[in-house]
Amino acid sequence: MVQTVRSLVLAWLALLVLLVSTVGAAMAPIGAIKPALSFVIATAKAAVVLWLFMEVRRLDWRSRVALAIGAVWLAFLLGLSLLDLVSTATG
Amino acid sequence: MTRSAVVPPFADITQQHEARNLGMTLFLASEVLLFGGLIGAAVIYRVIEPASAIAAARALNLPLATANTALLLTSSLAVAIAVVAYRSGNPRTSSAGFAVAAALGIAFLALKGAEYAEDASKGLFGGGGADWLLEGPGGLFIHLYTVATSLHALHMSVGIVLLTGAAWVLWRRRPRPPMAGGIELIGLYWHFVDIVWIFLFPAFYLARA
Repeated sequence: MVQTVRSLVLAWLALLVLLVSTVGAAMAPIGAIKPALSFVIATAKAAVVLWLFMEVRRLDWRSRVALAIGAVWLAFLLGLSLLDLVSTATG
Repeated sequence: MTRSAVVPPFADITQQHEARNLGMTLFLASEVLLFGGLIGAAVIYRVIEPASAIAAARALNLPLATANTALLLTSSLAVAIAVVAYRSGNPRTSSAGFAVAAALGIAFLALKGAEYAEDASKGLFGGGGADWLLEGPGGLFIHLYTVATSLHALHMSVGIVLLTGAAWVLWRRRPRPPMAGGIELIGLYWHFVDIVWIFLFPAFYLARA
């Protein structure tokens, strides 16, 4: 248990470092990549929570498929919205 | 201790465990679409109307939201430790973990309440003071912020009740079905609520530049 708790605390520290990084990047003069960078960091934080806190690796395949289906539908929703945005901008 | 007894209609403990996980993950998948739609709308709005989205995001309180993010990440750590302790047969340690997470959740809601009060005093919910913002395209961004964050706060409230219930039954060392099987599911739910906030944070508070 001690070993597991140690890795959980390390994951938490990584999450706090990512939080400080994303707020720091929002203040820094790094131009147009800011919005994209903030979502890249958010995805990294979500991955840490999913993998180490939610322990997705311990879930059986049916539950993993259920979560993956949520991600696939979300990709459709965002992808088609993006398509509309791009086609409106160019058309 | 680490697994609850089999209850009908399940044939064995593995089947019961997997069925519960499947139920929770299907529910979470539906929640992905609920919050994903709101966050996606905010991002698209930021692309279409950058100037007004940035002005609206700058009206929000970033330091408070950052503190709240840290609180929520820490509460997720407490829940993860509580689940590990539960599996290892340490109900009192597990109870303490859930209680700490519930307290951090309450602290989050208290800060969010203070933030809403500040938003209201700035006129972000109407009543004058920010009409220049609300009457323009920036108004939609503030409406999206209000709906998404209050829906998240509602999920937090449900989670705090669940965490408190888990802390209570574990402290009394009497986790019985169906609560015993639900301990790990409460963890999954709380971590998911954390992930939702992780994406609300850049979608609204960091859209300021």
